[in-house]
Amino acid sequence: MDFLRSAYKWAAQAARLMVGVPDYETYVEHRRAEHPDEPLMTYEQFYQNRLKARYTIDKDHLRGCC
Amino acid sequence: MRAILWLAIVVIGTVSLGVVALHRGETLNAAWLVVAAVCIYFIAYRFYALFIAEKALGVNPARPTPAYVRNDGLDYVPTNRYVVYGHHFAAIAGAGPLVGPVLAAQMGYLPGTLWILAGVVFAGAVQDMTVLFMSTRRDARSLGDIIRSEMGPTAGTVAGIGVLLICVIILAVLALVVVNALAHSPWGTFAVACTIPIALLMGVYNRYFRPGRIGEMSIIGFVLLIAALVFGRTVAETPALASWFTFSGPTLALLIIAYGFCASVLPVWLLLAPRDYLSTFLKVGTIVLLAVGIIIVRPDLQMPAVTRFIDGTGPAWAGSVFPFLFITIACGAVSGWHSLIASGTTPKLIENERDIRFIGYGGMLMESFVAIMAMIGATVIHPGVYFAMNSSGALIGTDVAQAAQVISNWGFTVTPTELTQMAHDVGETSILSRTGGAPTLAVGMATILSGFLGGKALMGIWYHFAILFEALFILTTVDAGTRVLRFMLQDLVGHALPAFRETRSWTNNLVGSALACVLWGYILYQGVIDPFGGIWTLWPLFGTSNQMLAAIALIACTVILFKMKRGAYAWVTIVPTAWLVICTVTAGLEKVFSADTKIGFLSHARQFGDAIAAGKVLAPAKSMADMSRVVFNDYIDATLAALFVAVVLTMVVYGYISIRRAQSAPGITAREIGAVPA
Repeated sequence: MDFLRSAYKWAAQAARLMVGVPDYETYVEHRRAEHPDEPLMTYEQFYQNRLKARYTIDKDHLRGCC
Repeated sequence: MRAILWLAIVVIGTVSLGVVALHRGETLNAAWLVVAAVCIYFIAYRFYALFIAEKALGVNPARPTPAYVRNDGLDYVPTNRYVVYGHHFAAIAGAGPLVGPVLAAQMGYLPGTLWILAGVVFAGAVQDMTVLFMSTRRDARSLGDIIRSEMGPTAGTVAGIGVLLICVIILAVLALVVVNALAHSPWGTFAVACTIPIALLMGVYNRYFRPGRIGEMSIIGFVLLIAALVFGRTVAETPALASWFTFSGPTLALLIIAYGFCASVLPVWLLLAPRDYLSTFLKVGTIVLLAVGIIIVRPDLQMPAVTRFIDGTGPAWAGSVFPFLFITIACGAVSGWHSLIASGTTPKLIENERDIRFIGYGGMLMESFVAIMAMIGATVIHPGVYFAMNSSGALIGTDVAQAAQVISNWGFTVTPTELTQMAHDVGETSILSRTGGAPTLAVGMATILSGFLGGKALMGIWYHFAILFEALFILTTVDAGTRVLRFMLQDLVGHALPAFRETRSWTNNLVGSALACVLWGYILYQGVIDPFGGIWTLWPLFGTSNQMLAAIALIACTVILFKMKRGAYAWVTIVPTAWLVICTVTAGLEKVFSADTKIGFLSHARQFGDAIAAGKVLAPAKSMADMSRVVFNDYIDATLAALFVAVVLTMVVYGYISIRRAQSAPGITAREIGAVPA
């Protein structure tokens, strides 16, 4: 059962990352640990931030075609 | 125990490959191909990739990766290797590995398969892994940046021009694949057209109702997509509705160009993002489904191992095995595009340098397996049907009786009834001259998938599902690619006109998008009205450009290996570089200068020019206007091919200079960022 749960968690995490949205919990943990005094984005803000990052094009972000 | 296991894999792999290579006569079961490929992948991954990672590159598990050094929880996040693998594979998999092998199948399944396997082991996967490694050592910087800092700004600019050219060609060719698949096909056109309102709906839902609920909105989108697919049959069978969705090639081309323009100026959340989600999940899901299908059905390959077209006279594309087979199958064997991904988002996620082999080399092996599946898809169908779909009307005519006769004369016996029956089975009025690979693969996929899910009754659904799946992600590419091209044009024109660089200006975006669409749209349109069928003319150009980028990436990797004072191992990248340079330069020069009018653009232009001077119209052109257009386009294509050759050769020279400089320097000159290697 535990195995299934963690397999599902991985699959969901991989699917989200495929479309450019990393794990929100990891982000929260990272901010809590490293920048506890700074404000934290809500999930919605976090999502909008990632959406923008995925499709922004500049010299370092020429997303592939092939 | 382990040694015995690996010995068994080697034996099984050798036997399967032997069967695949030496089999003649009776049909061969696809399982042999799958087993041979998988064994080769395992052996290459376990031994060669490990050698490259540990000896040639010297991965250092103790060196902190950018994901740790710059961890921000957003872009740079140390991530589990299996999750990164999924991300990386989804980013590199595209239309390329699906189309190339289908076209290569005109020579039989063997030549293409051998190149896919050898290419991935010694070139493609090596490139992906090495670029990923180099970028991970440099704060996940892009390939362009790496070239600029390691080989100088001029080399960086030349590489940038190369990327711009590829972008134009790739967009035109991929859009052409969609046009050829949808022309005179109301079912397919309806389903693909429906993806636009579905994506808009998903976009609005995600923006205003349930922000960030990716799973929810993707499921809603998927259900609607399947509904559109099923309803498409009714549309096709109802004449009043069908007429709304039946378009000729040129009209479809104009529609796609208009779509590319509109989509690229809309906000990303409205159309691009939801479409991207749908196409990514559908792509990965369909690839898994096809793999399961092939394993369960284990179809027989109908195409011979080697056909008579090995001599270079085939109808899908012209040219002999060397160099043209090696550029026709680009992405499944080695793809320059991957070097942009491997120096993009993936290196920001790598948890440990040890994972680079699994993600870079392993990810490309999976891509190669997709190419093998495409090869199987193209060769499980009747060879007569294959050639009917992949030959232009100029060769086989436009009615089934004539087509069947021509193809039977080539030695692939087929009756007009078989051709009509296949069209009927997949719910189309005709399958003749559906060039571009996608429709052929769709017939192959429909044959395999209906073999275990639904039988013949569902063949039409599966065929259009396959078309929809390919069109969906190609149109996503058209949207995203137009944006990339717009940015590059803004950057380029910005040198002369700095105000044009401001990407937040609406005027700039509109003008930039229009310019980008005109560039690729022109090539697309000339491909659609090309009397020879555009794939014949354009695919070799696309293949050359993609291999050119791979050569550039590998040259950069070679230079860096020398700068790291690891020149003794540099042969791992020199060998594939040399091969790719030889292939692209030979192919490019032949495309420009070959005296054979089927291959050389200039000789072809001369042939048609002489005819114009003599007042004659040569088939398949129908008028003098056609004739002059053929000549003009020949010159454009010749220029592009010559530019590719020039870019490759320039990079070779710069690479050579950088290597000599690195050799004469006393110590390590590679500019890594972060910890100094111990």
